[in-house]
Amino acid sequence: MLTTSRRTILLGATLVALGFATAAAAQETVKIGAVYPLSGNSASAGEYSRKAMEVGVDVINNGNAELAKIMPLAKGGGLPGLKGAKIQLIFADNQGTPAAGQNQTLRLISEEKVVALIGAYQSGITLTASAIAERYGIPFLTPESVAANLTERGFKWFFRTTPVAVDFARAYSKFLREQKAAGRKVDSVALVHENTEYGNSVASVIAEVFGKDGLSVTQNIAYSANSTDVQPQVLQLKEKNPDVVIFISYTSDAILYTKTMKELNWKPGIMIADDAGFNDPSFVKTMAPMVEGLVSRSAFASGKPGTVPYIFNELYKKKTGGDDLDDVSARGLEGFLVLADAINRAGSTDPAKIRDALKATDLKADQMVTGYDGVKFDDKGQNILGSSLVTQMRGGQYVAIWPKDRATADVILPYKGW
Amino acid sequence: MSMTLLQVVVSGLLLGAVYALFSSGLTLIWGMMNVVNFAHGDFVMLGMYTAVVIWTALGGGPWASVPVAAILIATLGVVSYFLLVRHIMKGPMLAQILGTFGLALFLRYAAFWTFGANFKTLPDTLVGHSFVLAGIRFDGPRLLAGVVGLVVTLLLHLMLTRTAMGSRMLAVSEDATAAQLMGIRPQRMQALAWALAGAATGIAGALIATFFYTSPTVGETLAIVAFVTVSFGGFGSVLGALVAGLIIGVVESLSAYLIGPVYKDVIVYVLFVLVLWFRPQGLMGKA
Repeated sequence: MLTTSRRTILLGATLVALGFATAAAAQETVKIGAVYPLSGNSASAGEYSRKAMEVGVDVINNGNAELAKIMPLAKGGGLPGLKGAKIQLIFADNQGTPAAGQNQTLRLISEEKVVALIGAYQSGITLTASAIAERYGIPFLTPESVAANLTERGFKWFFRTTPVAVDFARAYSKFLREQKAAGRKVDSVALVHENTEYGNSVASVIAEVFGKDGLSVTQNIAYSANSTDVQPQVLQLKEKNPDVVIFISYTSDAILYTKTMKELNWKPGIMIADDAGFNDPSFVKTMAPMVEGLVSRSAFASGKPGTVPYIFNELYKKKTGGDDLDDVSARGLEGFLVLADAINRAGSTDPAKIRDALKATDLKADQMVTGYDGVKFDDKGQNILGSSLVTQMRGGQYVAIWPKDRATADVILPYKGW
Repeated sequence: MSMTLLQVVVSGLLLGAVYALFSSGLTLIWGMMNVVNFAHGDFVMLGMYTAVVIWTALGGGPWASVPVAAILIATLGVVSYFLLVRHIMKGPMLAQILGTFGLALFLRYAAFWTFGANFKTLPDTLVGHSFVLAGIRFDGPRLLAGVVGLVVTLLLHLMLTRTAMGSRMLAVSEDATAAQLMGIRPQRMQALAWALAGAATGIAGALIATFFYTSPTVGETLAIVAFVTVSFGGFGSVLGALVAGLIIGVVESLSAYLIGPVYKDVIVYVLFVLVLWFRPQGLMGKA
């Protein structure tokens, strides 16, 4: 499977290259390397991201009349800043391991001569792949890896467009304070989180932000995600009866909590789930009727017709035969568009000029595929305008309910559950 | 407070009965032939998928899936015995460990291939709703699994200790050659042990699927509990597995409720080490 997929990609890349060579010999191409999991456990996420980014490449190279009204780069005919040079995205399989991610990055830089890199989904692989890019002086942009330490390494060539834990926490906090202002009870908040890096770090950031904002966290329950039983934890919650519960969970534990809460017949007034397990398609498919009204977050909501997310979602649907963009694929596409914008403004394929252009990035909210307020990087390369939409489970799917200007549905509380 | 505590204990007991149910197959094989079946968790996993398939394809609940899973996993047990276990038993201990471990990986990845990596769940209305009795909430699927767990382990125990068939099986486990001289066919008894263990495991899987999630790796999560239960209760003792299962279930629930879920495993394992310290053969194992 591994060899096939890699061979197919190479073949695809060669065909694309040949196509360009024969069709427009004079036209320059800009090569961008994309390091993603195309085999292994996370292959499905990598595959969705690849398709989403290919939609982006198609829009920039061949144009889209509707998008061109909003996005300057969607007029077609490649990058105007580089005399119409077309973009070529070269995918490499990180195989789900940091070592393969590192090797593939090295190959993309030395063999394929890419001018910039994007990737690599898993935080651990982004960590090693971006270290190679840093050494060779090639800009590396991660659209989706959220581990806090990635931007704390003092790298000069590293950029991150995705919002991180503190952005999620701020979104929840603002949302809850608005609910409070509207007369709902949010006097006590319980955090229930799995006890590895993801759960621990997100929970501690939420506790910190909530503390500053005057929301009181009254219960903090850490548990192991591969537990066989969560009844005692639900009973702990039932006894203290907090107004709000925030779950930071993977899929198996999300299923157990949902089932156990129903078994023991307890639900809070507001139940929030931090993306992850509660957004897993296999969770949504079977458990949705038991979590009606569950509040979550997403970077993506398809929104109203005529907006950037809506049009891109339609294009993506056409390409995949019906799938919607999701949180991961939309963030991937966003990262690619930010990179394309920077290369265009750089007006050059010189990596140093691209980096300078990335640093000067200032994209506005109306250009966003995702729900970000825009893209603008701080000194560490972190996007300071990354933010999340708050969503709510309605009849089997999540709809955007907050902030108001991007919402497609009203907030309905209290939490209904089953 | 005390009501909640009582609820915790009841939940723990029901959980423990389920632990006993899916551990009984493991202890039976261990006791009968000194073979550690590392594929045990994956037998449970296949029992769970049997229930999932029967529900998605035919809309059948546990009344249909329990007997089918029992027969299927019993067959799988017998086939594994004749094709694999019978041969590796002649080899060194390491071959036995790696042999059943290989079987575990084979079954797990066959499940990945057939069912995909996604989590499956059965609708919770399949076994009826939860109800309140004397202030304690009972959940239908868990209650059914717990009760069947008690019944099946007790029946297995009675069969081993009170019937001629049980005596023949124990004779083979104690001394296969002597048993053969007495006119008992060791291979037939051992195959029977695998069939019984498989049936109990299949029943366990089909019942657990009604309140748990099903995925190709779920066997891993459950197998650890099964190994602890079996060594806690005593190698080869079905009754021991039952008692150990109940103790572990209650201790886990109480410690998770009173101290915190991340500490519950610490407490269970400290207890486990203490038991092995004073009784290396387990609570009810033979010295």
